[in-house]
Amino acid sequence: MTQHDTTEHSLAAPAFLTELRLQMIKFANLQLQDQSLAEDAVQEALLAALKNAQAFNRRSALKTWVFAILKNKIADLLRKNVRYVSTDKLKGGQDMSDEELFDNLFNDKGRWHVQERPGKWKQPYTDMENSHFWRVFDVCLNCMPEKYGRLFMMREFLELSTSEICSNEDISVSSLNVTLYRARLRLRECLENRWFQKEATA
Amino acid sequence: MMNCKEATALMSKQMDHPLILTERISLKFHLMMCSGCHNFNQHMHDLRDITQTYAKGKDQPEAKEIQRDPD
Repeated sequence: MTQHDTTEHSLAAPAFLTELRLQMIKFANLQLQDQSLAEDAVQEALLAALKNAQAFNRRSALKTWVFAILKNKIADLLRKNVRYVSTDKLKGGQDMSDEELFDNLFNDKGRWHVQERPGKWKQPYTDMENSHFWRVFDVCLNCMPEKYGRLFMMREFLELSTSEICSNEDISVSSLNVTLYRARLRLRECLENRWFQKEATA
Repeated sequence: MMNCKEATALMSKQMDHPLILTERISLKFHLMMCSGCHNFNQHMHDLRDITQTYAKGKDQPEAKEIQRDPD
């Protein structure tokens, strides 16, 4: 370990690593639904990344890379078709049923209720620099039924193909389509209500 | 004539599979007339971008090339 590594801004700074590890475990746990398996995957990904930490002069570059490693590890575990999650666990509690959600969004002709019609999201990417935005995103992700959040992240973050997800989860394509649709509908609605509308009226 | 509920289901589906020709045409027609669904369609792509940035390091948006909307 060189002198350079121990400076406040180095990649090996304890506070930076602790924070990074927590973010990774949270993410891995959402996917694997198993705390110890998640911790193992994170540990391996971090070790692999830190071996080459010298190659990264910016923390953001290391983060991107370490998450890429983690993402592959999780995808491998999921591909091995080891199912760690009991189906009961997937039901997930939710304050609003899908039927209620649809009734809230659409009228009996299947058109948007006027007050629910999606508005323009002004420069959504600017908000990504705002840590409060990510807290809102966390809340929205976590208040979906567990299965919705998990399948959504498999598709959108792990970028697994729909056929891979279907065979891992032993579900049909149409059932996956329905789940992803409901997950996107809920996530979009939650972000609009809790973030974008507030921004617009602020 | 396609309604908004059906259109939103197709907009989600097309994030995962190519739509068949008739689906594409009726969706396009619906989107030309419905501003709510037009915005919804953009939000489907925004959700994908946001999600991919999410776990990469939430306080590091520069880790990814960010396309800013000029308006």
